[in-house]
Amino acid sequence: MERIKTIETRDLSKSVTTGGCGECQTSCQSACKTSCGVANQQCENKNK
Amino acid sequence: MVHQYKLNGYNIVLDACSGSVHVVDEVAYDIIEMYQNSTKEQIASAILNKYAAQEDITEVDIEQCISDIKSLEESGKLFTPDVYEEMAFDFKERNTVVKALCLHVAHTCNLNCSYCFASQGKYQGDRALMSFEVGKQALDFLMANSGSRTNLEVDFFGGEPLLNWDVVKQLVAYARTQEPIHHKKFRFTLTTNGVLIDDDVIDFANREMNNVVLSLDGRKEVHDHLRKNYAGEGSYDTIVPKFQKLVERRGGKGYYMRGTFTHNNVDFTNDIFHMADLGFKELSMEPVVCAPTDSYALTEEDLPKLFEQYEILAKEMIRRKKAGDGFTFYHYMLDLTKGPCIYKRISGCGSGTEYMAVTPWGELFPCHQFVGDSKYSLGNIWDGVTNFAIRDEFKNCNAYARPECKDCWAKLYCSGGCAANAYHATGSITGVYEYGCKLFEKRIECAIMMKIAESEEENENSNL
Repeated sequence: MERIKTIETRDLSKSVTTGGCGECQTSCQSACKTSCGVANQQCENKNK
Repeated sequence: MVHQYKLNGYNIVLDACSGSVHVVDEVAYDIIEMYQNSTKEQIASAILNKYAAQEDITEVDIEQCISDIKSLEESGKLFTPDVYEEMAFDFKERNTVVKALCLHVAHTCNLNCSYCFASQGKYQGDRALMSFEVGKQALDFLMANSGSRTNLEVDFFGGEPLLNWDVVKQLVAYARTQEPIHHKKFRFTLTTNGVLIDDDVIDFANREMNNVVLSLDGRKEVHDHLRKNYAGEGSYDTIVPKFQKLVERRGGKGYYMRGTFTHNNVDFTNDIFHMADLGFKELSMEPVVCAPTDSYALTEEDLPKLFEQYEILAKEMIRRKKAGDGFTFYHYMLDLTKGPCIYKRISGCGSGTEYMAVTPWGELFPCHQFVGDSKYSLGNIWDGVTNFAIRDEFKNCNAYARPECKDCWAKLYCSGGCAANAYHATGSITGVYEYGCKLFEKRIECAIMMKIAESEEENENSNL
């Protein structure tokens, strides 16, 4: 595609079937403690 | 749901529901903007008109671009419909396990920071230290309620946890004896102001703590203005050498230098750069949480300055990385390929269900920011959660809980935002703290831009 470049990302729609193992950290455990989001959490599912 | 924005010379198109990110030229950017509400003919006419001076932009060219957009749409990478709302409703019925506890081992502090949300460690209550027995019961409660989850997170928090250091060490030792029995793995975090760090703390923390969070606000004058001891003296000179020693000996294990910025230092990037120049490379800097009437509260007038600061930070991080002197910033740590799944993105931080705070007396609260607010008492570590109404309120507090978030492109990045921020701003955990939303959106825009810059650089290097 000449005018569009797509960056490699995890497909969220596919993660409906591969995700949900629950082994990831709760968001506030790491650093923020006051304004957390989920986007910067790591996935810990080895079989995704 | 598509979000388009321009930043640092990039035209960025984010497809929120698939998580796809596209970097496009001006023509494609305009076409994508019109794509859903215009015919092919209308698009061609508008583009030819707008770019009349550029002879290389032809009708054939535009048709090709529209066709590319259509194929992205068909492959689920653009204009992906939001099909997750029903999943969010199912969350009401889900069985949750407890994954993490924030142990308030000390409701007291050796600093007297003006902006402390924990009111100098006391959380609007009495000063207290957690006993080993209470801490042990909290760990037992966590193991008993964690289901099949292997990794359990425990944060030693306060107040200042080093004021109860012996109990922290005993609790870690106890947890280690339990790991093989229950097939669990504890990951500990220590959050400290640094005043009491000594060689023993450094050796123990670097051996046992997966993460340490070290509170430093940046430049000496900024830090000392609000982070003072009870004699009114700034703590910068006491703690910085200790933090440097701890980090130097950490051997690559995770840590965060965590600062708070306020109305007094809206140029907070200078504080982040100062931390980086001190040799710290894993950095976090948070907007202050306080009443709008506090003198240091962030204001509406600060907002454009803060947006600018986040852009300055992103650009400088790209520059420093290229120069071989990079650092990480917590809110810019997006992993686009290995990030959280849709379940995590919908369900949010886990406060009140997967994550709870434990007071020195063993009372449970949905998170550390609710401690001291009796309305939000969930139960205790002996009887477990008994306030099911509050637990269910948190269980349902997800990316789809707020009508205001329905059309927001960022909801699968913030998951509806911090419940405590919402509560303090609006009186309800399902309210919207709009100021926080604006900062969050800006940070995500910057973080995605940085990933694009990184990807461009990788491509350039691979073409060399």
